[in-house]
Amino acid sequence: MKVLARLAAGVSAAACLAAAAHAQDVSDGVVKVGILTDMSGTYSDLAGPGAVTAAEMAVADFGGKVLGMPIEIVSADHQNKADIAANTAREWGDNEKVDAFAELVTTSTALAVYEIANQQHKIALVSGAASSPLTNDKCIPTGVHYTYNTTALANGTAKAVVAEGGDTWFFITADYAFGQALEADTTKVVEAAGGQVLGSVKHPFPNQDFSSFVLQAQASGAKVIGLANAGADTTNAIKAAKEFGLIQGGQQIAALLMFITDVNALGLDTAQGIQLTTGFYWDMNDETRAWSQKFFDKTGKMPTMVQAGVYSSLMHYFQAIEAAGTDETDAVMAKMREMPINDFFATNGKIRTDGRMVHDMYLVQVKTPEESKGPWDYYKIIRTIPGDEAYGTLDESTCPTK
Amino acid sequence: MIRPALYLGALALLILAPFVLYPVFLMKVLCFALFACAFNLILGYGGLLSFGHAAFFGGAAYVCGHALEVWGLPTPVGILLATLAAGVLGVLVGALAIRRQGIYFAMITLALAQMCYFFFITAPFTGGENGLQGVPRGSLFGLVNLQNDLNMYYFVLAIFLIGYFIVARTVHSPFGQVLRAIRDNEPRAVSLGYDVDRYKLLAFVLSAALAGLAGATKTVVFQLASLTDAHWHMSGEVVLMTLLGGLGTIPGPAIGAALIVTLQNKLATGPLSAWVPVVLGVIFVACVIAFRRGVVGEIQAFLRRSF
Amino acid sequence: MFADIFGFPPQVLFGQLLLGLINGAFYAVLSLGLAVIFGLLNIVNFAHGALYMLGAFVAYFLLTYGGIGYWGALILAPIIVGAFGALIERFLLRRLSGVDHLYGLLLTFGLALILEGTFVKFFGASGKPYPTPAGLQGGVNLGFMFLPWYRGWVVVASLVVCLATWLLFERTKIGAYLRAGTENPKLLQAFGVNVPFLTTLAYGFGVGLAAFAGVLAAPITQVGPLMGSNLIIIVFAVVVIGGMGSIVGAVVTGLAMGVIEGLTKVFWPEASATVIFFVMAIVLVLRPAGLFGKTA
Repeated sequence: MKVLARLAAGVSAAACLAAAAHAQDVSDGVVKVGILTDMSGTYSDLAGPGAVTAAEMAVADFGGKVLGMPIEIVSADHQNKADIAANTAREWGDNEKVDAFAELVTTSTALAVYEIANQQHKIALVSGAASSPLTNDKCIPTGVHYTYNTTALANGTAKAVVAEGGDTWFFITADYAFGQALEADTTKVVEAAGGQVLGSVKHPFPNQDFSSFVLQAQASGAKVIGLANAGADTTNAIKAAKEFGLIQGGQQIAALLMFITDVNALGLDTAQGIQLTTGFYWDMNDETRAWSQKFFDKTGKMPTMVQAGVYSSLMHYFQAIEAAGTDETDAVMAKMREMPINDFFATNGKIRTDGRMVHDMYLVQVKTPEESKGPWDYYKIIRTIPGDEAYGTLDESTCPTK
Repeated sequence: MIRPALYLGALALLILAPFVLYPVFLMKVLCFALFACAFNLILGYGGLLSFGHAAFFGGAAYVCGHALEVWGLPTPVGILLATLAAGVLGVLVGALAIRRQGIYFAMITLALAQMCYFFFITAPFTGGENGLQGVPRGSLFGLVNLQNDLNMYYFVLAIFLIGYFIVARTVHSPFGQVLRAIRDNEPRAVSLGYDVDRYKLLAFVLSAALAGLAGATKTVVFQLASLTDAHWHMSGEVVLMTLLGGLGTIPGPAIGAALIVTLQNKLATGPLSAWVPVVLGVIFVACVIAFRRGVVGEIQAFLRRSF
Repeated sequence: MFADIFGFPPQVLFGQLLLGLINGAFYAVLSLGLAVIFGLLNIVNFAHGALYMLGAFVAYFLLTYGGIGYWGALILAPIIVGAFGALIERFLLRRLSGVDHLYGLLLTFGLALILEGTFVKFFGASGKPYPTPAGLQGGVNLGFMFLPWYRGWVVVASLVVCLATWLLFERTKIGAYLRAGTENPKLLQAFGVNVPFLTTLAYGFGVGLAAFAGVLAAPITQVGPLMGSNLIIIVFAVVVIGGMGSIVGAVVTGLAMGVIEGLTKVFWPEASATVIFFVMAIVLVLRPAGLFGKTA
């Protein structure tokens, strides 16, 4: 009898699920955000547990409730695998009443979750993934690319380096979509600024020993070696470049994507002098310092731009729900686009119709050990890059639904 | 008498399961169960430890994804094509690997699979690190819409049953008996006049093709194909599933797969999520040290002792 | 200055050859350790990559918590990891004597998962920096390339260790026991030699070699939990190519494969990850027992 009852319940639940996929109900009594991130892999330092902490801080700071409904966070480790990300997102959407997916480091997992979010008509708040296609060919109407992207990194770092005379480039590129996107975006910027790309070498992902690629870069005679990779690949490449005397030989390293945790892992001795573009640095003003100190107290590390971006994107999402008076996807998306973002992370940030959150970026240089006053005192801000310059205009976006 | 009743009961459970449990999860279990059964064919009955079955699983996943997404082939045709491709890859890998035995066989299959993995990373049709995403599920000859999870579930169940049936038939056929004879004593099989290499290769190819069938089906279920499916951790996982369920028993690998997939699902969202590889490793060590017969093997041994 | 060779500047060509030799030195030490273990235990040590990683981490711990620098770690880390290995052999692997050797492979695979997973959990996957020892920083300009002192040291140290291992096996009494144990352990036991102890020693020694390679690698790559996980598969291929019969075979094949890989990085960089596997396939067709192997 009991089995039959469960069976009947199951059938009706399945029917409900099918119905729910078409007509979003107003609310299910809870606002639930699913954090999908790399909890233990290559990117767990720059996103991972710290991103989950940032999300929990956002919920706590918002008071734990929106429109009288409780806010809940669920999190899972996608291990940088697209299939795990997609499966988890699908299950969360089907069974767990998750309303939005957030963080989503690595392009492959972000794209996978984009598919699910689009099918289930849910919001995706991307902070960790970098590739510009997320707001171009691969964009979805309910996706927000919040913290940074490859275009901004290229515009920030490459323009500055070329302007300082670094007009011949050689790329060491991670041989997968993100590396290729970063190389392509940077090439465009270098050439537009009058520079020249002499060549590139693609390395397997992940790679440990970069000496051979560094040697090829050295032999190219280019003034600038552009590193179109991330995480451990970047730090290993920098170590190899230093070891083989590229810098003493007069060549310059442009790390196109580097996080403060990478600098921390390399140490200032090795990392000093590197220029990079970031969307956030903890030591910019009282607001950033205050928030980052709170984060530091919980995690023992200063936040990366990805982690700060997770907090900011969730706060904005909650505020949009409050303003819209519902957690219905389209209404919330409309409010998120309408409301400017002003907090410790962004000043006058704005979400465009292609999903790009446009905010100021910062060109920074890693301090020398003498300049640094202590742990995490790593960056000198050289220039604030206005959001429109960093991300380009909406006209340039190739997003079909913009 | 007991056996048919058990099978009928299991079948009834499988038919009713999606009304109680999440269908996508069940489909994942079925795909891996088929993968493990296919793998068991070569390890459990052929005595050859392949550490490279992920190449067939993942390779077929890519072929199927590409066939459905880019070429727009009907779903069943795409799956068949991918199975065939896995079989062809099985011929290539198998022909090389069966030149050595035992531990060498394991290392060679592992190395060749790693070669395939690096190929998949760089080949344009796989989408590299991003994988193939948004693969359409399509329909069964325009009649049954597979986008619906329940329809899809019964389609996957049918595929699983076909694969399971093929494995069971193979094992109980004269071919299967020769295979076991080779496993237990290769020189004797040679002296009896059997072309040992041909039997091994045939078993390997069949196993590869069925692993491919599982991989292709998984692509359709999850609508994506990724490097995970081709990584050597996947080869290790399928060894673990088979070992845990019971080497050389027909239902064992399927049960092992169900246990491992459930465990991964349960751990993934809990506080233990970072410990998944460690937990798998501990199970591995425990199985090897104390539990070599696996769940089904232990049950069979218990029944044999008791009755 | 120099004319191009096959359209490549000599700087690139010689540089890559030299780098290949350095990578080959790692392959040599690792496959040597595998060969030693295989000789006595008849198992393939899948945990070799994880123990190589453990060696690097021990060096990192010694530096961070013990203030013991590179040179101390080069001696201590192999001993510590070797002792750990001896425990693994004594309490886990020994239980598998008498069952199919494939179970040894599976057991060590499980151990590799446990070790790597634990270190990822506690130290993150991106790794910790390890400084190049003070005396070996900088390098020398050879005219055709800039050779960092440390890389040169890696080749020298590896070759010395390989030579020492060879001497140990060929010229000492304990080496004679070890070789005898490989050939016929029962007979050796009958002569009153403690074979189980010898087996534990061999595993510890092989693992110590892996740890030694790990310490050598620490300043070159980051000290990361996954540093050994892909490397071990390449070393497996090297072992298949060479055949696991001989010490000389393991060393020569390791160095040769490093050089071939280095050359591929010049002529076809995208294939550099697969070339060793490709060589393995060719060797299997032409000479299934491996270049130095006795027919199985």
